[in-house]
Amino acid sequence: MIALLIRDLRLALRAGGGFGLGLAFFLIVTTLVPFSVGPEPALLASIAPGVLWLGALLACLLSLDRLLALDFEDGTLDLLLTAPLPLEAAVSVKALAHWLTTGLPLVLAAPVLGVLLNLPVAGYGWLVVSLALGTPALSVIGTFGAALTVGIKRGGLLLSLLVLPLYVPTLIFGAEAARRGAAGTDVSTPLLMLAGITLATIACMPFASAAVLRMGLR
Amino acid sequence: MSDPRQGRPRALTIEAAGRGDYIRIMSIWKYANPVKFLALSSRVQPVLWALAAGCVAVGLIWGFFGTPDDFRQGSTVKIIYLHVPAALMAINAWFMMLITSLIWLVRRHHVSALAAKAAAPVGLVMTLIALVTGAIWGQPMWGTWWAWDPRLTSFLILFLFYLGYIALWEAIEDPDTAADLTSILCLVGSVFAVLSRYAVQFWNQGLHQGTSIPVATGGRTVADVFFYPLVISMIGFGLLFLALVLYRTGTEIRLRRTQALRARLEREL
Repeated sequence: MIALLIRDLRLALRAGGGFGLGLAFFLIVTTLVPFSVGPEPALLASIAPGVLWLGALLACLLSLDRLLALDFEDGTLDLLLTAPLPLEAAVSVKALAHWLTTGLPLVLAAPVLGVLLNLPVAGYGWLVVSLALGTPALSVIGTFGAALTVGIKRGGLLLSLLVLPLYVPTLIFGAEAARRGAAGTDVSTPLLMLAGITLATIACMPFASAAVLRMGLR
Repeated sequence: MSDPRQGRPRALTIEAAGRGDYIRIMSIWKYANPVKFLALSSRVQPVLWALAAGCVAVGLIWGFFGTPDDFRQGSTVKIIYLHVPAALMAINAWFMMLITSLIWLVRRHHVSALAAKAAAPVGLVMTLIALVTGAIWGQPMWGTWWAWDPRLTSFLILFLFYLGYIALWEAIEDPDTAADLTSILCLVGSVFAVLSRYAVQFWNQGLHQGTSIPVATGGRTVADVFFYPLVISMIGFGLLFLALVLYRTGTEIRLRRTQALRARLEREL
């Protein structure tokens, strides 16, 4: 499992493209928002947590179609299927690698982009906490979507259509926690719900992803 | 369950014809045989269509012309006879797909998978009807076509789930793989749909009223004069859904057969 994780991380780092792309996309989305809604500081401050969450979510989505497609093309996936390692574990490691290369940089970059959007001071901590709690769920759910569409040519658009509705609960609780943090109100309820969703998806989704992969590659 | 043949997956080919004759016990699994299913559905369908048309016509005409205007809402209240039955069937269509998907995953009956496929577009249209009639009703009553109310939002999300489900069916070429993957998507989607339902409730308070006909308590807040045509309309929409799904499942079965025949023909040539 560790070997697989190291391999995935190495590929993401060295093959280029995938690693920095999500971050660049996040930056661009954040930059475009003031152009579309206007540069008023009060308005930006009120929408900043939601925009940052949405940007992080879309950046996560962007890199999903590379998650399994490359391994499918060069046959790694077939090897993983027959390997002694349970496919559920392999899929979990894939999701973890995706989070480390996409989710974690987004979490770390979010406060910097928060400055651009005039995020209130109280919001920074909670924004990072909510993103750190929520992005693993995005990676795990995204892995399921990637597994569903792995055999389909040009499945990228379909992948977004399948995954985005599944992201709704995570986005609601995550953005709500960040918003309440920025407003200085109590964040515990949405944060607990978000943690619950993340833990539940980490526990359950690898089984669905592995089942789908087995069916799709049969 | 005494016949071992019953539990076995049946290929959707012509040689399956006549096999069901061995099964003496009355069982719903008998209709997992496409030939039996088609025979039954073609016998039932005319009755079903007639009943559905009758109920919908009676419910709507009685509702539109035979009931008085509401004290506060005026004549706009009459859109309830379209709105509520469509919303009811939009959710029940997903339930039906969930059950048939489970049957496909557990028992591998092709008819079940095809029924789920056939029900999805019907459910999609029902969701759309509920959303559109809701908007038309909401405009005069709430002063807005759309509000981010929990119920409205969950229906919009349900609409997206239907779209994704249908798109996945269309995208995969191998029919069995498509059935497998869409079934899993249906199961996972159901969990997330329920989750979204509660998440949006937490996220925003609603304009939409609660249910008018709580089945659990037996009471209701709709006066009899509106209630009876509504019930008839609901029954009509249910029958209409059933008829449409049977019809579309038959089409899917025949389509699958044509594909099998064509594949065999190409092999022989």
